Amino acid sequence: MTIDWSWIGDHTDDLTSLTFSHLQAALTAVFLGLLISLPLAVVAHRVRPLRGFLLGLSNVLFTIPSIAIFVLLLPISGLTRTTTVIGLTVYTLVVLLRNTVEGLDSVPAKTKEAAKAMGTRPLRTLLTVELPLALPVIMAGVRIATVMSISLVSVATYIGDGGLGQLFTDGFQRDFPTPVIVGVVLTLLLAVVADAALVALQYVLTPWKRRRA
Amino acid sequence: MFELFKNLAKWLTSGSQWAGTDGIAHRLAEHLQYSLLATLIAAAIGLPLGLLIGHTGKGAFLAINLASFGRALPTVGLVVLVFLASGLSMWPVYIALVALAVPSIVTNTYAGMTAVDPDVKDAARGQGMRGHQVLFQVELPLALPLIMTGLRLALIQVVSTATVAAYVSFGGLGRFVFDGLAQRDLVQVLGGAVLVAVVAIVLDLGLSGLQRFLFRHRTA
Repeated sequence: MTIDWSWIGDHTDDLTSLTFSHLQAALTAVFLGLLISLPLAVVAHRVRPLRGFLLGLSNVLFTIPSIAIFVLLLPISGLTRTTTVIGLTVYTLVVLLRNTVEGLDSVPAKTKEAAKAMGTRPLRTLLTVELPLALPVIMAGVRIATVMSISLVSVATYIGDGGLGQLFTDGFQRDFPTPVIVGVVLTLLLAVVADAALVALQYVLTPWKRRRA
Repeated sequence: MFELFKNLAKWLTSGSQWAGTDGIAHRLAEHLQYSLLATLIAAAIGLPLGLLIGHTGKGAFLAINLASFGRALPTVGLVVLVFLASGLSMWPVYIALVALAVPSIVTNTYAGMTAVDPDVKDAARGQGMRGHQVLFQVELPLALPLIMTGLRLALIQVVSTATVAAYVSFGGLGRFVFDGLAQRDLVQVLGGAVLVAVVAIVLDLGLSGLQRFLFRHRTA
């Protein structure tokens, strides 16, 4: 199997726009996933009976193969980017929800009591004490969810979207491996770069961790 | 929308749809066969590897990073690439299913092994147990819950990838999805998706039931 380098040179514009479209779908999904799972995790953390239900539900959704989720959304949102983003968001929930709940669990009870003793109100304690201390565990979830989403976007090529995944169907239909190889390499590169960016973001967001290390 | 659900229910329950080599029963059997066989082969490769790395502590870097690499790999691209590279034959696609299932088994087995309390291992050695006895009588039983988690993840992964592999004319339930998409037959597409989802959920519940049965005597 040989790579047709001239094809790559001729298609740099297409490859750039596919890469951006790919990244946009993945990042939107992770952002929406965070928006949904943060309040749900706070609820699951405080209300014990709901915890098993919410985590169990997200687990069942995660079990369903991605292609099935995309396809089952077709009657609702059709062959659109919306379908891609909803499907990916569903997938991020299991990791984001579990890690955020575990992160909140890991905050020492004494720290929360100290905040209470100083007269800090519950919402403020959540925002300025609990969430920052839970951040490392939450960020670990965000990193997994991001890498997973970047890899999964390509499945949406079967419903007419899929960013770099379009290179896979294109290469298959023409029995031409170059676009497929380029697509796999670019997807892996995106995942590595996004993961590194998140590590850097976490470094910036948790200055107190730096001093200790 | 109501009409669609009615047609979907009819598609899923009609006898003629279940019969024949392109019927639901045959596709279901194919899908189960791919999924179980690929997971078994992956376990035969991944379990010894994970146990070895966990027991000796050598190759830990590989065990930790294998999972993130597996997560980042776009399965669609890999399946298409393997299919094109192998001269359009089906067996290599099977190998790709196995290859994609191995990382989660290795990583979880390794994680289970490192989670075993070092004091327990020391105590076992102090009682005069040999290396292989510590491995099989102490570490392995204690690591089993996480090993089972790895197997469940691998099984879900294979069920999902086998569906996607139907695109390169693999059999199984994914055929309904891709044939339906090609024929613009939404009922068939949805029917295939529903069946795949049910298979994935039932297999995962089955394994978690097995896990609970195996560890019924264990507290905590």
